[in-house]
Amino acid sequence: MMRCRPFRYHAPRTVAEAAKILRGEGPDAMVLAGGTDVIPNLKRKQFAPRTLVALRRIGELRTASDDGLTLGAATTLDAIARHAALPEAHRAARIAASKVATPQIRNRGTIGGNLCLDTRCTYYDQSAEWRQAIDFCKKAPGPHGTAIETPVEQGICWVAPGSPRCWAVSSTDAAPALIALGAEVTLVSADGERTIPLTDLYADDGMAFLTKKRDELLTAVRLPAAVEGWRSTYWKLRRRGAFDFPILGVGAALKLDAGGTVEAARVVLGAVASRPLPVDTSGLVGGPLSDEAIDAFAAKAAGPAKPLDNTDFTLHWRKRVVRAWVAGALRELRGDDSEEASLLSRSAARIPEPLSV
Amino acid sequence: MNDGSPPDPTPLGRKLLMELHVNGETQEVAFLPHETLLEVLRERMDLPGTKHGCELGECGACAVLVDGRPELSCLRLAIECGDAEVTTVEGLIRDGQLDPIQEAFADLGGAQCGYCTPGILVTARALLDENPSPDRDEIAEALSGNLCRCTGYLQIFESVEEAARVGAASSATGEVTS
Repeated sequence: MMRCRPFRYHAPRTVAEAAKILRGEGPDAMVLAGGTDVIPNLKRKQFAPRTLVALRRIGELRTASDDGLTLGAATTLDAIARHAALPEAHRAARIAASKVATPQIRNRGTIGGNLCLDTRCTYYDQSAEWRQAIDFCKKAPGPHGTAIETPVEQGICWVAPGSPRCWAVSSTDAAPALIALGAEVTLVSADGERTIPLTDLYADDGMAFLTKKRDELLTAVRLPAAVEGWRSTYWKLRRRGAFDFPILGVGAALKLDAGGTVEAARVVLGAVASRPLPVDTSGLVGGPLSDEAIDAFAAKAAGPAKPLDNTDFTLHWRKRVVRAWVAGALRELRGDDSEEASLLSRSAARIPEPLSV
Repeated sequence: MNDGSPPDPTPLGRKLLMELHVNGETQEVAFLPHETLLEVLRERMDLPGTKHGCELGECGACAVLVDGRPELSCLRLAIECGDAEVTTVEGLIRDGQLDPIQEAFADLGGAQCGYCTPGILVTARALLDENPSPDRDEIAEALSGNLCRCTGYLQIFESVEEAARVGAASSATGEVTS
């Protein structure tokens, strides 16, 4: 049986109390919400915190505001997938939540936990013994749970041994969808609270992938009020229809005027970098969503996506599929036959993958 | 510990004594703060029906019902279960009678090697409690977190459908089946 190493367990009743404990414990503490990401990492000895600060007694983290647009960070993914009060314009949030892992995990895992999901890599998400056998990578350089969260020069990145940085992959489904919707998050520490655009929560480094300070607690996600004309979707690519983390996620939201001209657009790629990657949509705004406009935009969007060989599927195919996936998401938002779109979405795993040579 | 809650914070490496509510009974159990519900059920409560598969949330073998909803016992600390009602596969039997889902799995070959079966049975029970007559897609979606390497899933789907039919027939006649 894989077991956790011993830790002390705190279960404070308020956010203020949790923030105080996090301040007092410093880097030796980790936050435990649903535990569906933290517990496997503890069992694989990627982390060995002295203290876990559990959020389960803090009721305010599970409540939604009256307008349904502010969600407590400990709201389960299943509750968000079923959150009927969310406006149709924000359906990307419900789609993304419904596609995380499995039903059992969505019953337990939280939206805050998915946003703070540890970055993933073939060379990192392994048992301590596996990692020791090829020598530990720089993200978790010791055998007893020593994962570190600040960039360091020393140590090796096995996926890019010549590189000074860690290339572990941002694998959250919620973030690309919620950034596309214009979400903000609230962070609370012993010093007070601050609210930032969700996109600013992330940094493009496999180790220091969150700008959240170690003693800050993510308490809430705020979605903007729905405005007439906005629509959104989230497309997730993975080998199986359940369990798998995304190989690619496309969060897309756009505002069309009555004539079909794009007034505003936000498109965000997941799982192609160490952070969710917002795409420059200026080329899309001001024109119609024609086939030509969609294809030109999709080709350009694929440019900054730089998958490396540290997830499922071959990296060259993962790079090429970005274009088809972005175009598919935009066609769905244009109103193309949604059955065809969902068929394409479901058959993702059956798109032929070129053999490695 | 009058309210059944452990000291906060728990002392490092020391066992705590806590009441757990499992299969309709309340038991005082001693375990370490870092033990998962799976470890406590199997190793401290003599309930080995819940299986340990991957132990990382990647197979569904350890699924149990927590307040009626399926969760993975390998990913939930036992210390977080004091205020919950836990149901394991052992708890599906009522008054010596198998759950109709268990009957259907036995009749239709829904179990082969049987290792994934307890997790599937409790997950299917939660599905039928919420949706007494699910279609094939709804069954597949509800069981999408439970891997089976023997059956190819067809017998599993058919067993759940049969259990739903039996449940519908018995509720029409007012008979209590579970």
